Amino acid sequence: MSKKNPEYDFKWCPGCGDFGVRRALEMAMQRWTVKTEQPIEQNVVVAGIGCSGNLVHLLEGQQPFGFHGIHGRSLPLALGVKMGNPELNVVVVAGDGDFLSIGGEHIAPQAARNLNVCVVVMDNGVYGLTKGQSSPTTVEGTVTSSTPYGKMEAQVSPLHLYMTLGVSFVASGFSSKVREMADLIMQGMEHPGFAIVHVQSPCTTYNNTYDVLKGDPAKGIAPVIYDIPDEHDPADRSAAMAMVDSPGLPLGLIYQDPGSVPLEQRLATATVNARSRKAEDVFDSLMI
Amino acid sequence: MKRDDFIIRFAGEGGQGMVTSADGLAQAASMAGFHVQTFSTFPSQILGGPTWTQTRISTSPVRSSGDQIDVLVCFNREAYDTHKDEVAADGVIIYNLGDFQLEGDGQSFGIPFEELAKSTGNSRAENMVVIGAFAHLVNMPQEFLDEFVTKRFSRGRAGDEEIIRSNIEAMLLGRSHAAATGFTLAELSPPVKPEYPQILIKGNEAVSAGALAAGINFYVGYPISPATPILVFMERNLVGDGNFAYQASSEIEAINAVAGAGYSGQKAMTATSGPGLSLMSEAIGMAWMTEIPFVVVNVQRGGPATGLPTKTEQSDFQVALHPAHGDSAIPVIAPGTVEECFYATVSAFNWAERYQGPVIMLSEQMLAERAQNIPRPDVSKVHVEDREVYQGDNGYLRYEARELSPMPIPGGPGPYVANASEHDPFGDTTHLPHRHVHMMERRFSKLKLLEDGEYEAHNTDSPVAVMPWGGSKGPTEEAYEVLQGYGLNVAWYYTMYLHPLPAKLLEELLQKDLVIVPELNFQGQFSSYLRSLGVKAESITQYTGLPFNVSNLARRLEERLGAGARGAVNV
Ligand SMILES: Cc1ncc(C[n+]2csc(CCOP(=O)(O)OP(=O)(O)O)c2C)c(N)n1
Ligand code: SF4
Ligand SMILES: [Mg+2]
Repeated sequence: MSKKNPEYDFKWCPGCGDFGVRRALEMAMQRWTVKTEQPIEQNVVVAGIGCSGNLVHLLEGQQPFGFHGIHGRSLPLALGVKMGNPELNVVVVAGDGDFLSIGGEHIAPQAARNLNVCVVVMDNGVYGLTKGQSSPTTVEGTVTSSTPYGKMEAQVSPLHLYMTLGVSFVASGFSSKVREMADLIMQGMEHPGFAIVHVQSPCTTYNNTYDVLKGDPAKGIAPVIYDIPDEHDPADRSAAMAMVDSPGLPLGLIYQDPGSVPLEQRLATATVNARSRKAEDVFDSLMI
Repeated sequence: MKRDDFIIRFAGEGGQGMVTSADGLAQAASMAGFHVQTFSTFPSQILGGPTWTQTRISTSPVRSSGDQIDVLVCFNREAYDTHKDEVAADGVIIYNLGDFQLEGDGQSFGIPFEELAKSTGNSRAENMVVIGAFAHLVNMPQEFLDEFVTKRFSRGRAGDEEIIRSNIEAMLLGRSHAAATGFTLAELSPPVKPEYPQILIKGNEAVSAGALAAGINFYVGYPISPATPILVFMERNLVGDGNFAYQASSEIEAINAVAGAGYSGQKAMTATSGPGLSLMSEAIGMAWMTEIPFVVVNVQRGGPATGLPTKTEQSDFQVALHPAHGDSAIPVIAPGTVEECFYATVSAFNWAERYQGPVIMLSEQMLAERAQNIPRPDVSKVHVEDREVYQGDNGYLRYEARELSPMPIPGGPGPYVANASEHDPFGDTTHLPHRHVHMMERRFSKLKLLEDGEYEAHNTDSPVAVMPWGGSKGPTEEAYEVLQGYGLNVAWYYTMYLHPLPAKLLEELLQKDLVIVPELNFQGQFSSYLRSLGVKAESITQYTGLPFNVSNLARRLEERLGAGARGAVNV
């Protein structure tokens, strides 16, 4: 709600990809409220720490609930928010450092449980907020403030990682393609299970990748991104695996498990015959 | 000669039935109308390793696990060598003849535990042989034991009758073998069966039941000794009806999930022990900052680091008070008995809901795994509080007030951002100095809402006081009575509400010339806190991984208070 808020002093740099992601999320949530006929208060945006996480303060218009927690822990927070009230529509927004580095340990468990939230990762291949250190998605060999002799680690492929971990909905977006991104986020919110929309959201200040992503014929740079062809079947897991392992960066819905069963439903099925106990029942069983 | 109090220790190797022996005897004795308390200390391995458990049986409520052993049961030679020196001069040692043999030392006799059990057709009845032998030594009527065995094994199954028969036979064999040795101890005075309904419960179970009584509906935890039984309990019992109980992938995940659930309106809890609490640090600070209610149960074990996972210590007070960086002071409640484990947990939830923030409930290994008979809590009389929920229109400024304000719940009106960064009234990040001042004062002002806790105060005229906390309450109560017997006039204070202290209690403590705090840690953590509040406090410490021994504590208190003079107090 910060546009009208004089106390809020954070600003994204001009041209930052996060502007587009914010717009896409606003559009998706707006559409969700219309389609489900539920009020905006049914939505919770859980944000990580980074330039990216500031999105939760920069949303325009109708305000959802927000939780801006601590660095790397947006998924565990979302686990609690969602399982505390499964009726809520929970969206996680996080940076590449937040989600893949410090928070990396939390992806596999949510994939295994199929936590029913939609994650929007804003990947700029750098730590923006702390001013330009290397992140898991920084290209190997890149000189950054924390890798003065070039990054020694291999670059993580997030899409490959999500597929390998069994994430039940994997999509890829680009911050300049707002409408397409909004569609993917909407689909991710509707997906019954763990959905990740991984967005290339360039950092104009520390890692400007617009040219690399879109290509620039004038400079002789071929584009890395391409739109996923219509023939691709997102239910086809091997085709999706092949896609994320091939050169180039596909944009669109890569994989969606058609048989996805979310955590709340797994729990309901497993405990259908279980009986909750009250303190009185416990004491009854311990009577002398 | 009749006696009111007996202590029996079972020592041997993990897996030899030490726990079932101690628990079984506690059940039998409590059913007969005695008061009981068990104590256990385990090695960390699953099988093997020296283990012992202890049961204290008394005609009046038991407050500590006791000092000297009246009957030592040794399942192997190592147990004999380790524990024999703790046996009272008039005590008796029963050892496992199947494992080793001793020359007559005038104090011990052997029984072939396994052989006798096998002869009944039930090789698992070894502990019944032992209980029978003990019953002979203290002259406990067999009818008490028959009743216990019959109740325990009447489970509506086909083999029940045979199991009951063989267990009783095993007891009788234990009795007759003990009788043949000619050994006896004093006769146990007849029990005075309490008229109120009673339960036999362990500390961890009491914590779990307290959480249920307080209205818990969300639990996420990660296995760790000695807190695991709470996770296991919740996974089994906190199901359906919108409840959620779950094993997370780490304590970091657990605590953040609990914060997320507190935010979305649930009464949430996690339980852990030292190493887990360290991992939860940052998120507890987040909850203080964002004003999210939940309860963290920390069952203290020995530390630091992995420390002594199965031993007892009171060394997490300071970290409970200040688990996180920055200016915060988390409310801390610590039960001193198994019964208080129930009420303290209810209070912890009430505090969390009342002040809208995290509360730490400090339990201890010695309470968690201790079985004790307690009056059955009347759940209908338990006072349960719920947070004040915001009910107005949208456009609410959740943090505008300078003190506690109603909390919006997602799905309801009043969207805001719960922000772990310093924030403005809506919850957006800000760095303005006056706002940091506003929010800091707002957060600390809420502690005032918690200063009405109850406390115990006796002999308050004395300028010198003893004030234990947590599980050292019981041994200190007994040591205090020893001092009174010497004619030492000392004040007694005790409360579960450690931070903030009940305001009236603090007023009283500030009047004292000296407040002595017996506590199980090296640094004297609680007395140092009292000193920071202006109280002239000092500690009597112990850091062995075991509870205080009463006579030892009484001697140390007497040394400090009377300097041997029994009257004049050296302050
Ligand atoms: C526990 C902890 N460690 C470190 C930090 C400092 N920190 C804040 S944001 C950040 C990295 C942000 O990078 P990324 O997640 O990629 O977000 P971006 O700013 O690029 O959007 C770090 C290291 C912190 N806030 N908390
Ligand atoms: S530093 Fe980079 S990521 Fe951060 S706001 Fe500026 S452009 Fe965006
Ligand atoms: Mg980044």
